[in-house]
Amino acid sequence: MSRTAAVPGLRIWHLVAVLSAMSAPLVIMYAFQIIDSVASPAPGALWPTGFDLNNWRFLWESVDSGRPGIWQVTFNTFVFASVTSLSVCAFSLTAAYALSRLNFPARRFFLAGLIVLHAFPTITLIIAIFIILQYLGLYDTLAGVILVKAALELPFGIWIMKGFYDTVPWEIEMAGVQDGASRFRVWWSLVLPQVQPGLAALLIISFLSGWSEFVLPLVLAPGAGAQVLATYMNAVIASETTQDFGLFKAIGMFYTRPVIVIYLIFQKRLMNIYGGGTKG
Amino acid sequence: MELILSKFTKRFGATTVISEMDLHVGAGEMLALLGPSGCGKSTTLFAICGIHRMDGGSLHFGDRDVTTLPAQRRSVKVVFQNYALYPHMSVSDNIAFPLRVKRHDRATITRKVGAIAELVHIGELLDRKPAQLSGGQQQRVALARAMVREPDVLLLDEPLANLDAKLRLEMRTEIRRVQRETGITAILVTHDQVEAMSMCDRIALMRAGQIEQLATPVQMYENPANQFVAGFMGNPPISFLPAHLGERITLSGGNSLPRPDRLAGQGPITLGLRPEHLGPQFGQGLRGTITFVEPQGREDLIDVRLTGGEALRAILPSGHGHAIGDSVDWGVRGDRLLAFSTDGERI
Repeated sequence: MSRTAAVPGLRIWHLVAVLSAMSAPLVIMYAFQIIDSVASPAPGALWPTGFDLNNWRFLWESVDSGRPGIWQVTFNTFVFASVTSLSVCAFSLTAAYALSRLNFPARRFFLAGLIVLHAFPTITLIIAIFIILQYLGLYDTLAGVILVKAALELPFGIWIMKGFYDTVPWEIEMAGVQDGASRFRVWWSLVLPQVQPGLAALLIISFLSGWSEFVLPLVLAPGAGAQVLATYMNAVIASETTQDFGLFKAIGMFYTRPVIVIYLIFQKRLMNIYGGGTKG
Repeated sequence: MELILSKFTKRFGATTVISEMDLHVGAGEMLALLGPSGCGKSTTLFAICGIHRMDGGSLHFGDRDVTTLPAQRRSVKVVFQNYALYPHMSVSDNIAFPLRVKRHDRATITRKVGAIAELVHIGELLDRKPAQLSGGQQQRVALARAMVREPDVLLLDEPLANLDAKLRLEMRTEIRRVQRETGITAILVTHDQVEAMSMCDRIALMRAGQIEQLATPVQMYENPANQFVAGFMGNPPISFLPAHLGERITLSGGNSLPRPDRLAGQGPITLGLRPEHLGPQFGQGLRGTITFVEPQGREDLIDVRLTGGEALRAILPSGHGHAIGDSVDWGVRGDRLLAFSTDGERI
């Protein structure tokens, strides 16, 4: 008994050692992220000298009079991430169904286009997008950034959802049609429940992607009205008068918390997207 | 209800899969569409239920022309090979779905679901999900869902293909029983001739988009229209031997059989011998060696190599006393011997 249990452990001990050594910097970084957010070490010192909640002052007072308070910014970020993910899901659900099931002109072109767009470095489009938004009057508004972010996320979303639709047996739809249901009814009450795990995963992933988006809000909505947490942090660290790393780390902790919570709650559902289908 | 398919043509792109096919299924009849894969039997089924559009011809259910009606408005139901149960719904919701779509009231739905569940013997499974059912039970649910709205025509697409051998026997009789009790017109699509023969009133044997023969199972077995039909029906299959029709029927290697009077003409023919019509009880005439004996319990399958090199198969009751390597001289049952011209037509 003990022999069989001990041998695998012995055999991989050097792997564990290598992996520990390689992950150590990450662990140290995370550790100091947390420690420094509630402590104020002397400049240049490594170890904190005392417990200090001063870094979290951004929660109850404004750190920069020229910018909106943290709660306004958090609200903006939440609106940005949730509206983006909801619209990505709404469009992906319908577009992916069409690509998976319906036979329409240029279907192959759209499929190929999806892959190209998915692989395309979107940052190269930023100037064109800037001009278009300005032309539409959506520059420096949250709506404009949402629109752009949702559009850029769509290829990924459609591709994922198409994979889920492809696993639904077509006989289920045919049976539904035979049962007298309209195509819409069949989609809504028979097919959609089968792809629901994919939908949940996509919703979470695109929400997190929106939550952490930085470049688009920075370029397309630099004004005070449409600040999100990423640009807010950027402003804090870029500010010349107050380069307060403790504050920066505390905001970082604040910014990351929803992400960690979402991951902890939805781990299993997120795994679905790689499993790529429904079971049972 | 009677089903009349006339001059049905189906094309996929440039290829014509089925051209001008006629089929008539009587009210309350169960008909098998039998054939090898790719013969067009599923295409026909999908055209009848409205999944495929017809490229030519017409389809009537009784007096009603349904040729261009969408699937939702035809009174026809399909039981699919993989049952196509809705996995997220319970058994009773599955069966109730066609009724809900038609907005029946709750009391009617409960009553009808209960009645049909009794008919197919799944009354105690109504709260389960499809994943919690065995293959045979899923099959019953699919049957119940198809029957609950009392369609004019029931279509069964290889309904037994996914079941194990024992369940297949059971469901064969079950489906037939339900069909008989409800008197529904049904079409069974299958590639298994045993299924077709055991379940159906008549069989339409298809090949390459054509119906080769449409007859009752017994007629088709005893009196096949051509070599293809003879070869398709029967398990173990019929043996075909090249032969010459003259004074007697001569085979290579010095074997010959008396010529039955009903055969006309002369010249080269293909002889068709079913396994059960060859054996010592029919006299003598074919000399050869036993190359293989396959015990089946009640009877044995025996492979015989004739002196001319042709391979034959016989079926004898167990306890016949023959072994591999034995030399035999067996006769055939002359009145059941089948002869085909070299192009496969029956003589």
